[in-house]
Amino acid sequence: MELSGAEIVVQFLKDEGVEHVFGYPGGAVLHIYDAIFRQDDVKHILVRHEQGATHAADGYARATGKPGVALVTSGPGATNAITGIATAYLDSIPLVVLTGQVPRAFIGSDAFQEVDAVGISRPCVKHNFLVKDVRDLALTLKKAFYVASTGRPGPVVVDIPKDTTDPGVKIPYEYPKEISMRSYNPTVKGHPGQIKRALDLIVGARRPMLYTGGGVILSNASEALTEFTKTLGYPITNTLMGLGAYPGMDKQFVGMLGMHGTYEANMAMHECDVLVAIGARFDDRVTGDVKQFCPNAKIIHIDIDPSSISKNVRVDIPIVGDIKAVLSDMLKELKGVKKNIDSKALESWWKQIDKWRGTDCLRYDRNSALIKPQFVIEKLCEVTGGDAFVTSDVGQHQMFAAQFYQFNKPRRWINSGGLGTMGFGMPAALGVQVAYPDAPVACITGESSIQMCIQELGTALQYTLPIKLINLNNSYMGMVRQWQEFFYDKRYSQSHMEVQPDFVKLAEAYGHIGMQITKPEDVEGALKEAFAMKDRLVFLDFVTDEKENVYPMIAAGKGQHEMHMAPEWELI
Amino acid sequence: MRHIISLLMENEAGALSRVAGLFSARGYNIESLTVAPTEDPTLSRMTLVTTGSEDIVEQITKQLNKLVDVVKLADITDGEHIERELMLIKVVANTAEQREEVKRMTDIFRGRVIDVKDANFTIEITGDGTKLDAFIEAMQQSDIIETVRSGATGIARGSKCLHI
Repeated sequence: MELSGAEIVVQFLKDEGVEHVFGYPGGAVLHIYDAIFRQDDVKHILVRHEQGATHAADGYARATGKPGVALVTSGPGATNAITGIATAYLDSIPLVVLTGQVPRAFIGSDAFQEVDAVGISRPCVKHNFLVKDVRDLALTLKKAFYVASTGRPGPVVVDIPKDTTDPGVKIPYEYPKEISMRSYNPTVKGHPGQIKRALDLIVGARRPMLYTGGGVILSNASEALTEFTKTLGYPITNTLMGLGAYPGMDKQFVGMLGMHGTYEANMAMHECDVLVAIGARFDDRVTGDVKQFCPNAKIIHIDIDPSSISKNVRVDIPIVGDIKAVLSDMLKELKGVKKNIDSKALESWWKQIDKWRGTDCLRYDRNSALIKPQFVIEKLCEVTGGDAFVTSDVGQHQMFAAQFYQFNKPRRWINSGGLGTMGFGMPAALGVQVAYPDAPVACITGESSIQMCIQELGTALQYTLPIKLINLNNSYMGMVRQWQEFFYDKRYSQSHMEVQPDFVKLAEAYGHIGMQITKPEDVEGALKEAFAMKDRLVFLDFVTDEKENVYPMIAAGKGQHEMHMAPEWELI
Repeated sequence: MRHIISLLMENEAGALSRVAGLFSARGYNIESLTVAPTEDPTLSRMTLVTTGSEDIVEQITKQLNKLVDVVKLADITDGEHIERELMLIKVVANTAEQREEVKRMTDIFRGRVIDVKDANFTIEITGDGTKLDAFIEAMQQSDIIETVRSGATGIARGSKCLHI
């Protein structure tokens, strides 16, 4: 088959099984857009801003496990995409971003809409490529998908100069089915000796703790993790990125850990004698002061990325490998050594944990005349049966969502954990809805975050993506306000969103449905009404208590056992 | 501790900037860096000299290994190894005495005078970094016009090797 470079791009995407591309046209990618126009297999979703394209592709990838694909033009197209690329990089999300580039002869000449996309993206991609010859195009694209989706996944940028897509130059094309790269061979299988040593330590523990992260979800290892945890009968906590990998409503689940994690999760971490870290990276929001982190514990760390091991916290038994493969190997061995578990010690450990649980650290004022953000999330969880796809923006609402929506399945909770990108939520939700047109998709956001990518309301209408926007509107950048209250003597510098649009009218202007809810008793009804509208985007503007803070909290740099509860229930 | 890390990378455009970018982005020290193609023109060999605690050097090697273009890597300071650096140094050599002194020093350090002009000599000298430092110090009496050092390269002794 003889194809032009532009046709190769589109044909390759089809052959690779890509159904949706999120993008925005421009000069350098016009040939590719023309090739898109002339076929129906690869569907293009036209966003309103390139940041939206990368976030939507990212949401699509998180929900499906398949690499998300974005297509943007050179120059500003590429720079606008960077925030989304960095967001995916920090959370290890497989993304392939195709950026147009000026023709090869113009590279380096400060041509119109030229930026060094490879250079600009380098620190926030897993890898990137500049296509220098149309004959390399198909293989380079194959490499991009391979690198993005294997090992520790991540975004890959392919920068494509306009003249390599010239419709006048046709070359033979064959889909490269196989790929191998001598410089890139991620370890999948865990070392059997290490697995055995780890298991001995695990079954010998008196106060064990499982701490699992986003790696479990990326590896599609939720089932293996659940079986492993249930077989052991040990307590388990998930990181912000790992929520849903283990059923959130299960008794062995002690909640999220970290800065705004539960008291029981953090205390169990602090007091445990064996810590099993699985696909988690000992992030500073989890560890607090690393010197005081799990002071009495031997630490086992399973991760596919060797550089994650002993990066922030020294571990005793590292196992490099794919989580699913390692857990499956462990499960086989576990049957034989399970009998060595000290059930008496475990029982008294659970008693201790239940005591911590008794503090009910997520309590909030249920009698308030104002809408409490926590209440909205609780009701959202009820109304959707805990089974919706929930994306979020960044800030207080993100923490409330993580604390109060009980995720029972993996890939349901979609948020920017690493980079903390405000503006992520809505475009990500659109990506999820594209992947699952009939599933309920909610975006939990705030009046500040939502305005960062508000333009994507247009995309939602164009493609009939009936997401539900849960706007927890306290008219503040809530998390900034909270830190200013605690650490800056209530000097609320620039955190008050004094002027806001009328969100109801705004939603209507974009052709959607808007509702404003001001009373707690109207919350449930509004949610039910919104979710009943299966084919409409509904913007629910909940006017919430502006003074509400996220508790419990470990202040930055403090130990895990130094949690602060809500003032009215201050314990320590 | 000072470490010499040798790596084989795909000889691709931008490979060097990936390494340099990694060091600046993660705040690692970099003392010197040399790079050139090997006998296999698709591979470049890079020698990196860095300093840091054991933990940091462990991270450096892991992060370098993680770069998709890096094929193989070794910290050659882990075992017996040979380290060499090339220096070209141009010194004032006006008078007969000066010329004699420079020649004598060069011989002592087993260097070679590779260019002679009316007013200056250019000397080539190889060795490990400390030897080159010592030569510079010995030359302080003469006026140094210019020095250029290649940065360290190194190779493991014996049968240990870095190849694919």
